[in-house]
Amino acid sequence: MPAVTTEQVETRVIEALASFGPEADRITRESTFEELDIDSLDLVELAQIVEDEYGVVLKGEDMKEMKTVGDAIDVIVSRAD
Amino acid sequence: MTGASRGIGAAIAIALARDGWPVGVNYRADRKAAERVVAQIEGEGGQAIALRADVAESSAANELFGSLEQHYGAPVLALVNNAGISRDDLVPSLGDDEWSSVIEVDLNAAFRLTRRALVPMMRARTGRIVNISSVVGLRANPGQANYAAAKAGLIAFTKTAAVEVARRGVTVNAVAPGWIDTEMTAELPKGLLESIPARRAGTPQEVAACVRFLASEEASYVTGAVLTVDGGMAA
Repeated sequence: MPAVTTEQVETRVIEALASFGPEADRITRESTFEELDIDSLDLVELAQIVEDEYGVVLKGEDMKEMKTVGDAIDVIVSRAD
Repeated sequence: MTGASRGIGAAIAIALARDGWPVGVNYRADRKAAERVVAQIEGEGGQAIALRADVAESSAANELFGSLEQHYGAPVLALVNNAGISRDDLVPSLGDDEWSSVIEVDLNAAFRLTRRALVPMMRARTGRIVNISSVVGLRANPGQANYAAAKAGLIAFTKTAAVEVARRGVTVNAVAPGWIDTEMTAELPKGLLESIPARRAGTPQEVAACVRFLASEEASYVTGAVLTVDGGMAA
């Protein structure tokens, strides 16, 4: 698995989240899922995308801990190595 | 299509294939019967493949979906949970194994297959799941407490799953057949016909027609519904 950069993951995560509804330019690392109207169904889909593309498995408990976009990016990057 | 080698399952597989669906014809043991269904579908110009799996095994969901995805090179966009068994006995005599085996095949398997089906459907923004329940899940039928519990559970599961994924264009519905002429009902209790307003058993094709509709593009606003196909019995 080639090394992933934080920038790549950030771009991909924002792209995925934007496909669930919010405008891409509203999404920042500091944005909370709540303010973006991203709910647990969206996170299930995000987890599948992350698993398919980075081989990183995000479980239910992981998703509950993530409050911001940055939280998600950091967990993915830390497990992708 | 689970349990598609005979009965209602075979009729549904044939009906879906006529609507253009490439069909995975799942069977547990009767390979020849499953291959006859595949042959009939192919003879009519449709596409089908026989897939062996016992849905009671927890590995079945991944095996079935993996095989289909690989064979057709595309996500599976329709699932019909039809495989079912009954092990009838009055409650005081119902054994643990009779209870749990029916719950396993008729309810737990449907959950595992649905779980495996949903995310690819969500990502495709379209999907159809049809769970074959029974009027026994709606109205009491002595001797079938295990079957009734599983089929009623399947209805509740259908509604909750439907509501969870509705905004992704995935519908989840149940069909509740009444008495249908198949091997499973070859020995009908006496006086049963009197309890059916239509005064006859239904045919597998009449059930298949409902599944075909629910799996179609036209049924895109129907979700969390239970379509009874019972000649009025549970009304």
